[in-house]
Amino acid sequence: MKSVILQSASRYLLPILLLFSVFLLLRGHYYPGGGFVGGLVAAIAFVLHSLAFGTAETMKMLQFTPLSIIPVGLIIAAISMLLPVFFGLPVMTGLWIEQPIPVVGLVGSALFFDIGVYLVVIGVVLTILFTISLETH
Amino acid sequence: MLLIILLGLITSCLLVPLGKYFRSGRSVFLSLLPAGLFAYFASHLSHIGAGNIIYESNKWVPSLGINLDFRLDGLSLLFSLLITGIGTLIFIYASSYLKGHQYLDRFYGYLCLFMSAMLGVVLSDNILLLFTFWELTSISSFFLIGFNNDSTVSRKSALTALGVTGLGGFFLLAGMIMIGEIAGTYTIRELVTSTAIIREHQLYPVVLGLVFMGAFTKSAQFPFHFWLPGAMKAPTPVSAYLHSATMVKAGIFLLARFTPILGGTPEWSYTLMIVGGITMLYAGVHSLFRTDLKGVLAYSTIAVLGVLTFLIGLGTKEALIAASTFIIAHALYKASLFLVTGIIDHQTGTRELTQLSGLRKVLFPVFIAGTLAALSSAGLPLSFGFIGKDLIYEATLAAGPQLAVLLTIVAVSANIGLVAAGFMAGIKPFIGNLPAQLEKVKMPSAAIWLPPLVLGILGFVLGSLPGIVGDYIISPTVQVLSVEAVEFKLKIWHGFNTVLLLSATTIIAGTIVYFFNKPAISKTVFLERFNRYTPHYFFEMSWGAFKRFSSWYTDFMHNGYLRSYLIRIIVFAEILLVYELIRGGPIHIDYSKLIPISIHEGVNVLILLGALYLTVTTTSRLTAVVGTSIIGYAICLMFVFYSAPDLAITQFTIDTLTVVLFVFVLFNLPSFLVIPNSNKSIIVRDGLVAGSFGIILSLTAIKVLQVPTEKGISEFYGEFAYSLARGKNVVNIVLVDFRGFDTMFEIVVLSISALGVYSLIKLKLKTSEKE
Repeated sequence: MKSVILQSASRYLLPILLLFSVFLLLRGHYYPGGGFVGGLVAAIAFVLHSLAFGTAETMKMLQFTPLSIIPVGLIIAAISMLLPVFFGLPVMTGLWIEQPIPVVGLVGSALFFDIGVYLVVIGVVLTILFTISLETH
Repeated sequence: MLLIILLGLITSCLLVPLGKYFRSGRSVFLSLLPAGLFAYFASHLSHIGAGNIIYESNKWVPSLGINLDFRLDGLSLLFSLLITGIGTLIFIYASSYLKGHQYLDRFYGYLCLFMSAMLGVVLSDNILLLFTFWELTSISSFFLIGFNNDSTVSRKSALTALGVTGLGGFFLLAGMIMIGEIAGTYTIRELVTSTAIIREHQLYPVVLGLVFMGAFTKSAQFPFHFWLPGAMKAPTPVSAYLHSATMVKAGIFLLARFTPILGGTPEWSYTLMIVGGITMLYAGVHSLFRTDLKGVLAYSTIAVLGVLTFLIGLGTKEALIAASTFIIAHALYKASLFLVTGIIDHQTGTRELTQLSGLRKVLFPVFIAGTLAALSSAGLPLSFGFIGKDLIYEATLAAGPQLAVLLTIVAVSANIGLVAAGFMAGIKPFIGNLPAQLEKVKMPSAAIWLPPLVLGILGFVLGSLPGIVGDYIISPTVQVLSVEAVEFKLKIWHGFNTVLLLSATTIIAGTIVYFFNKPAISKTVFLERFNRYTPHYFFEMSWGAFKRFSSWYTDFMHNGYLRSYLIRIIVFAEILLVYELIRGGPIHIDYSKLIPISIHEGVNVLILLGALYLTVTTTSRLTAVVGTSIIGYAICLMFVFYSAPDLAITQFTIDTLTVVLFVFVLFNLPSFLVIPNSNKSIIVRDGLVAGSFGIILSLTAIKVLQVPTEKGISEFYGEFAYSLARGKNVVNIVLVDFRGFDTMFEIVVLSISALGVYSLIKLKLKTSEKE
């Protein structure tokens, strides 16, 4: 399915969708959104690209296998979960930086946990979809 | 103390990367670990001997009452010294015995782990912690018993041991939890003060039964004894370690530990005395019929465990002194006998008593070790076994007018069997004429014959100077067991009395039995005729039946058709829901509470119904996929209407991705199954299942409105989302903060499923490999 319209559209849609997914991720603490949905939207962005250009092309653009994102996400989530232990607090206690950071706002360990979820979701969805699409022709 | 216990665990972890440096003769240096631990515990002798108890407490899971509480008292010191002391000798012995074994480092890893777990069991002051270590001993001993994992018999006996002790552990956990719930604490220190509450509670017999199950399976009491002879398939150092000082004594330790908490009642005493009595007579007789050296030792070990259980059941001061002394005596001579057996096996290649004789001419130091151990086991004066045996008779004689005679007769007859078994294992292979085929047997290295010799000599040193053991170890132990200070002295000589007469009778009778009982294959064959009536046979039968049932069940449930999986899942859910609906009483619909349907909702439902009709009636898979995704989107809109934006976004993206997934796999799916109109029964069946599921779910939804809801949880989340977690989106706060653990495990599960898909698809088996 090589369509010029889809290809040109997805070329512009990819960054916009990715930006939107980060937006969803960041706003999750206060408004609808969060790591899970954000991850799904980011995955959809890449899937759209792969529909337009073919999965092999998308993999080439990514430069790494989606499978390798999963451990990164898991590690980030685990670290944010275990971090309070080093401050003598129970596991999963929310830690916050008191000074708001420009654009992003208040940053706490929950955000990193959500980033972990975000990455795992992208990794899982892309791994499943791309493996199937590459291997089953 | 935590570090002391974990040292073995850490070593065993370190052996994973560093193991390759310890596969050679260097492995003997690993014995520095138990030796160091032994020195540590020995340094506490005078402090603990004076009746002090050292406590240490660390938080672990305080909300469940599980803490890393440890205690070092007389009882734990006795066991710790045995575990580390005999451990040291076993570590030295194994480095030579298993020299050149491909997985020697692994062996030491399991051994360190096991030692760590045993120390944990005896030092725990929290019963749940004790249970944790208890299970760890079962698991690590599984690897030790099954160490020769290329042999089917070895694997099977390891599995039997794990099965039996694991089953017991299951009961023990239940017992521990019940004790904790009744007394309101899991700490042994506090439990000792609330014994009256437990003993007078109506569930006391149940608690007792559960704890007994744990102890009896671990300590191989009748009818759970059969795993122990099977465990003889392990390399000999393992048998020596597990069956002299550690694994099987853990059950005895448990009973001793619980004596001040649960003991003293008639239920406790009679059960233990009866079970212990049966075990020691049964095993004592059995040991005489064996021709395999290790078989003889296995059954004599079971008999000794019976004696110990029996003594703890008796529960008098004399009995507890006798039990603690006999634990040490047995550990010394039995470890020595096992190690001697190991040497014989290692050097001659056989353990058959019928083929072994005259080995003193080639293995002289081993002969000395074996003889010393056998004499201690027989209870000859000046050996530690003599003191142990004397104390047992003293205890039975003091048991009260009615019981004394009966108990003494039982104890004497079991001991006669033990004397004969000791002679068979420790002396028999060495005397007589040396057969021609054994003339070329070589002396092994000192690392292998020194440990049993040390143990044998130690048995006589302690036997000549019993005061040391008595003052420093036995008296604080008995003090812990009976919760009061006890004044006594261990002595070699008690004067001419009934006890001495009984001892002499035992030795003479045992010797006579030994001379008249010639080991012969025919006896073993004779015993095998009764195999059908043994508990082991029963266990094997139920094990086989269980396996047949599970394979039948698996075949029935997993036929590989997605549609039948779906039907089973849905029908099962229907049954559960209908049961709940009927139980909940009649359903009323409160029409006044319902809000009118708006136009956009009505249109949405119409779209949904249309898509549903399309999906069900279509003959093309692509149309069906499109139909279901329209249904999904319509449901998303419902979520939007009823202000659940988080759900709506997620459902929307998931739906989109599902369609994409379908498109990817469309060409690889089997052809779309169109059921011909003629086949009405399938259509009716599927329609019924689906239709009823819809109706049941709708009824459930209505029912939910009718039941007054408990709003505690949602109100809590609403109230504290901002103050505790600094977020305004409660859904997300629940996901990443309040129930973050769930999310963590969910993403782990997701990752596993991705790995599963990846490997299933990447794995391209050749046709020949598909089975």
